[in-house]
Amino acid sequence: MIIKRNAADMAAALASGETTSVALTQAHLDRIAEVDKEVHAFLHVDSEGALAQAALADKKRAAGEKLSPLAGIPLALKDVMVQKGIPTTCGSKMLEGWRPPYDSTVVSKLRAADVVILGKTNMDEFAMGSSTENSAYGPTHNPWDLSRIPGGSGGGSSASLAAFEAPLAIGTDTGGSIRQPAAVTGTVGVKPTYGGVSRYGLVAFSSSLDQAGPCARTVLDAALLHEVIAGHDPKDSTSINAPVPAIVAAAKNGNVKGLKIGVIKELQGEGYQAGVLNRFNESLELLAGLGAEIVEVSCPYFEYALAAYYLIAPSECSSNLARFDAMRYGIRVGDASGVSAEEVMNLTREVGFGREVKRRIILGTYALSSGYYDAYYGSAQKVRTLIKQDFDNAFLKADVLVSPTAPTTAFKIGEKADDPIAMYLNDIATIPVNMAGICGMSLPSGLAEEDNLPTGFQIMAPAMKDDRLYNVGAALEAALLSKWGAPILSHVSGLGARA
Amino acid sequence: MAEISRDDVANLARLARIDMAPAELDHLASELGVILNAVARVQEVAGQNVPPTSHPLPLQNVYRKDEVTPSLTPEAALSAAPASEEQRFKVPKILGEEA
Repeated sequence: MIIKRNAADMAAALASGETTSVALTQAHLDRIAEVDKEVHAFLHVDSEGALAQAALADKKRAAGEKLSPLAGIPLALKDVMVQKGIPTTCGSKMLEGWRPPYDSTVVSKLRAADVVILGKTNMDEFAMGSSTENSAYGPTHNPWDLSRIPGGSGGGSSASLAAFEAPLAIGTDTGGSIRQPAAVTGTVGVKPTYGGVSRYGLVAFSSSLDQAGPCARTVLDAALLHEVIAGHDPKDSTSINAPVPAIVAAAKNGNVKGLKIGVIKELQGEGYQAGVLNRFNESLELLAGLGAEIVEVSCPYFEYALAAYYLIAPSECSSNLARFDAMRYGIRVGDASGVSAEEVMNLTREVGFGREVKRRIILGTYALSSGYYDAYYGSAQKVRTLIKQDFDNAFLKADVLVSPTAPTTAFKIGEKADDPIAMYLNDIATIPVNMAGICGMSLPSGLAEEDNLPTGFQIMAPAMKDDRLYNVGAALEAALLSKWGAPILSHVSGLGARA
Repeated sequence: MAEISRDDVANLARLARIDMAPAELDHLASELGVILNAVARVQEVAGQNVPPTSHPLPLQNVYRKDEVTPSLTPEAALSAAPASEEQRFKVPKILGEEA
């Protein structure tokens, strides 16, 4: 079935005339119609728009126009990224019914590359969460086991890939929201270097940490998508004005001979599931077998990263989400004669925001308030410096750093919903990357023996060295393919197997 | 140990412009105390000699040329407004008394 192929193979099928973008897009829309009632990866499916984009791509191809490598390939867009005229909710009641009047830069670049946008994917409200249970529109289910979470906040994007509803997706990663969903669904996710992909039109959660990136089923597919969306954007003042690293070439190269790979001592051991660690150690052996030199590095301040993150991200979110004031867009509640603007604002924010968002707004308001600022937000900013220094020192000893992506495989929906601290621990290995603004990738490393669920292997590289992720990722992916005899995702049981 | 009272949360909710229900205030008061005790660990290593980092990039202000570029039309900008009138956002009364 064509929907089970990789994006690169689909692109070859389009180029050779084996199929058309319209047929390919229709096949994915059919798949969505068939399985999304159970998966709930999508909040909105734009069948008409997708087929129109596909027809345009076919027309350009027929006319002999020079096309991008991903022209005509369908993609699922996380609902935090605005697309003109298409409902964008961020998984929140606050934005129910909102249709943005403009395109994000990522969407503009996807359009320019003739990528077909199928629809918007489910997420934890305003990207706050690790399970997609915080969506105001109900959770997404993991295609490996529908009773389990698909990760978060980008669980809709990861699930759409694992359910073969889309071969590519866009995610955003503030503390692990691309990488942790990739890990628990057996897919690939990359958080580019901060500033590598424009944030224009990405609804802000924590502006110094947010970064959009590619989600795919293979390392090469992720690289192809990364190349489409990356690059300097004058509309984002934090966008890096430098050439994009040669990521596609790196993904096609995949040679780790002589490369130094640093294992972070602090990101393993207690709290990590045995099967996750076993697959991690096997991957290290494979990389060593390919000629990489494995060294151990220590990042002593990482144990404070989670605490610092849960001060910095809520602080920035309490400020960013002040824009939802019921005046210019979004819902408005309680507007009646004699009711003041401030009362309307208070009522709207009470109704519009869910529990986790309110929890973080209140926490951030506390951390930034007079008398507590230095002790909380100020201290967290200092820890951020220490984490950056840990990375700087580690990268003196190694070209890339590695760890398991998430401490466990996918847990049951509802299992951690009432324990915020337990939920926050999911991101313990992914958060340091965001704090330092460097880049990271998660790729599937196998299945845990305890539960036959996928495990993730995380690769981290210095800022603007994103190509190193793809080089190491491609080498490991090829070695794992030999070891397992087929892609990890082809071992999918449950719904994913019904394709 | 950070102790957060119900009144503290009520004050924070007021600052954050959220009209929180009483049951929510109680629930958050207990949760917030637990979370604050967990995150207060940052104070253990945040010595006076450690400089703060507010942002991962060493960026200065970025300016663009002061030139008119295409932007949203008033109609597009107002298209999602809960209420509008005469090309303006229409908001509830902002003064305590009717003017």
